[in-house]
Amino acid sequence: MNLLDPLIQGILLGGLYALFAAGLSLMFGVMRIVNLAYGDFAVLAAYGTLIVVNAALISPLAALLIVAPAMAVLGYILQRTILQRTLGLSPLPSLLVTFGLSIIIQNLLLMFGSADQKRLSLGGVDTASITLPFDIRVGVFPLFIFLLAIVILSILSWVTAKTQYGRLVRAVSDDPATVDLQGVNPKQIYALATAIAFGLVAIAGLAAGVQTSFNPTSGSMLLIFAFEAVIIGGLGSLWGTLGGAMILGVAQTVGAAFAPAQQILAGHLVFLLFLAFLPNGLTRRKVRA
Amino acid sequence: MSASVAQVLVEQRTHFVRRWTRTSIIGSSSFLVVAALLAVLPFMVNLSLVYSMIDLFILVILAMTWNMLAGYGGMVSVGQQAYIGIGAYSMVVLADSLGLNIFAAIALSAVVCGVIAIPISFLVFRLVGGYFAVGTWVVAEVVRLLVVQFPQIGGGAGISFSAMSDLSRDWRIATSYWIGLGATVIVVAACVLLIRSRAGLALTAVRDDMTAASTSGVMVTAVKRLVFVFAGAGAGIAGALIAVSTMRVQPDSVFSVQWSAFMIFIVVVGGVGTLEGPIIGVLVFWFLKQLLADYGPLYLILLGVIGIVFVLFVRGGIWGLISRKGRIELFPVGYNFSKKL
Amino acid sequence: MLDVTKLSAAYGQVTAIRDIDLAISEGGILAIIGANGAGKSTLLKTIAGQLPTKSGSIVFDGDDVSGLPAYERARRGIIMVPEGRRLFASLTVHENLQTALSAKRKGAWTLDAVYDLFPLVAERKDRRAGNLSGGEQQATAIARALVANPRLLLLDEVSLGLAPSIIGELYASLPIILEQGTAILLVEQDVSRALNVSDEVHCLLQGATSLAGKNIALSEISAAYFGTERDS
Repeated sequence: MNLLDPLIQGILLGGLYALFAAGLSLMFGVMRIVNLAYGDFAVLAAYGTLIVVNAALISPLAALLIVAPAMAVLGYILQRTILQRTLGLSPLPSLLVTFGLSIIIQNLLLMFGSADQKRLSLGGVDTASITLPFDIRVGVFPLFIFLLAIVILSILSWVTAKTQYGRLVRAVSDDPATVDLQGVNPKQIYALATAIAFGLVAIAGLAAGVQTSFNPTSGSMLLIFAFEAVIIGGLGSLWGTLGGAMILGVAQTVGAAFAPAQQILAGHLVFLLFLAFLPNGLTRRKVRA
Repeated sequence: MSASVAQVLVEQRTHFVRRWTRTSIIGSSSFLVVAALLAVLPFMVNLSLVYSMIDLFILVILAMTWNMLAGYGGMVSVGQQAYIGIGAYSMVVLADSLGLNIFAAIALSAVVCGVIAIPISFLVFRLVGGYFAVGTWVVAEVVRLLVVQFPQIGGGAGISFSAMSDLSRDWRIATSYWIGLGATVIVVAACVLLIRSRAGLALTAVRDDMTAASTSGVMVTAVKRLVFVFAGAGAGIAGALIAVSTMRVQPDSVFSVQWSAFMIFIVVVGGVGTLEGPIIGVLVFWFLKQLLADYGPLYLILLGVIGIVFVLFVRGGIWGLISRKGRIELFPVGYNFSKKL
Repeated sequence: MLDVTKLSAAYGQVTAIRDIDLAISEGGILAIIGANGAGKSTLLKTIAGQLPTKSGSIVFDGDDVSGLPAYERARRGIIMVPEGRRLFASLTVHENLQTALSAKRKGAWTLDAVYDLFPLVAERKDRRAGNLSGGEQQATAIARALVANPRLLLLDEVSLGLAPSIIGELYASLPIILEQGTAILLVEQDVSRALNVSDEVHCLLQGATSLAGKNIALSEISAAYFGTERDS
């Protein structure tokens, strides 16, 4: 069996998962929130893109220029109005509220859309592929998403390391009460982080919508993939997350090469192996709750 | 009041300490009266109501045990459907394939779920904060994906439960109902006893302040694991009841994350971290369901909105509003200190 | 510049300070003394906005700021060096100082000027704040507050747990800070040190003012400090 091909497909798939995981991990890093509706917002963005594409007759990539900022604004408002009220020592309120949001979004999509699978199309690009040495065919779009993921992660890690906003994000993660004393409103930092995460989720939602298909309930699976990538990679490390995402992608594609129907199960099992034997992930860094 | 002052007052016989307050005597005895009344219900009302009451029992069991897990133990699981499914399949295997008595099969299904929860707890306890929730969800997905691999238990299509198919339809529904009622009384009593036990005291301490509890010698992890296993067994009983009442186990239905959504809604609306809350929450949920279930997605959206409103604005739930900061208890789990008349 | 009138604050139901009156003018320095649990830190936190005002007013540069959030007060120049330093442990010393630039206040204290004042901090600018000694952390915390160009600097227990030599160094920097017109309100356990540096002392006992004023004799203070005046 040729394993080189699924290996490369899996690494590229990892780029897509890393896009998802980055936003989830950002929100957890800054606020210790796990947004259970995260995948549903990605699906919402994909539907939003579909609507814009059909209404304005433009390409999904152009529609993204409208949808991504719109999602960022939605994230900002959601954080200031609802999520902010759930922050505290206990993770219970934020989990309950985001789980509620997940149910609301899924059912809104069911009401106004339909239960069947949808797909975003880029014309010829989504099926185009190039041939690499050793006769490996690589899809142009997955390759583009992979490179985009690396670019976005680079920008994110530059922002956290070098900009004033990034310093404040790290500071607020250390000690929110003291950030207040520096003349900074922590709520503003939180809301901007959520806005960034939601912008990312719009990009990831579009990518997933082109690469695979989606329906109103497919958000749950996207959340789980993002989560698995974060845990395999190790909390609090962007590049660890990329590594985790690639491992998850490879586990799925290689698993599918052996047993075509077991793609997702293979990914889950590799995740559980990591949890059992390397609970702090690739970066092995311990992170407080 | 400090313990020493209280002690002196008790020794002087001007005050006394008691578990049973007037409200908890009334509450507990009316719980038993209601159970007794419910036992004769199948003879009094039409069977469709009796049948829908079985759902109510299943929800009480799920909500009570999820509340132990999340409300007391601080472990927000969205993966209890793993044990619902395992419980349902265990029931089919034990009662149908192995020919066990129904009651023994239910009890054993609970044991199976409890045992399976032990290794799972070692995995998911490694996840911090909210990631624990997603971890339990992944485990439930894995269990579902593994179960559908086996054609012997129906694969992806599911399997029928036929141990009770000899009974006439009426008797079958009535029997399922009584089994459900009995199981509910046992689970509620087990929750009350667990909270009253040393472990429950520790658990209440963990609920109120995890750090303080751990520094005062409470073995936080051991207590949490106990509750995790208990909740797994409880969900297993609920799963077994689903098999009994629907006579069919379908993987997509028993392993549905919607069960978690229902449990969470019930507990949040009733009152997180109280024994009375889930029961009130079930009544609200059941009422809404009878009223609105035909609206499908709109009904679920409404549940989501109500749940969020309660988390944001009514954290204590309906029971919190009624009991005014926990001064009234229907179950005798605390101690009451009062002046002799 | 700062006029506190009948200020009370509480932790939940428990009143921690009540009816405190105090005033401080530009370039002035006032020391708050008192036993453990007297409410000194609570008073500072209430002025900084970390604790809500229950009653009374905090007038700063003519405006009542008692309803403003802490970050808004910081932007107006009320900067606190909190108890226990509270540096951002995962950030470097330099990054810790940079966070204070977000108060968006212009003034004499540029990053370079602050490094000149605290060579100790300058030498460690690339170290992670979590890896510093107590004295280095305290110097960094004061430096961070200065970068925000405070009009009013609140110092909470600067000397707590530090070696005498480093305490001397930190206190030596106070006159230079005052020269810029900054006022200082400091909480100090060590009464004689408080009397040495400050124009005025304010003694708290069980949340209320027990003695306040200038040039007070040590014997009077000990009575106010321990609450023994009622016995005599």
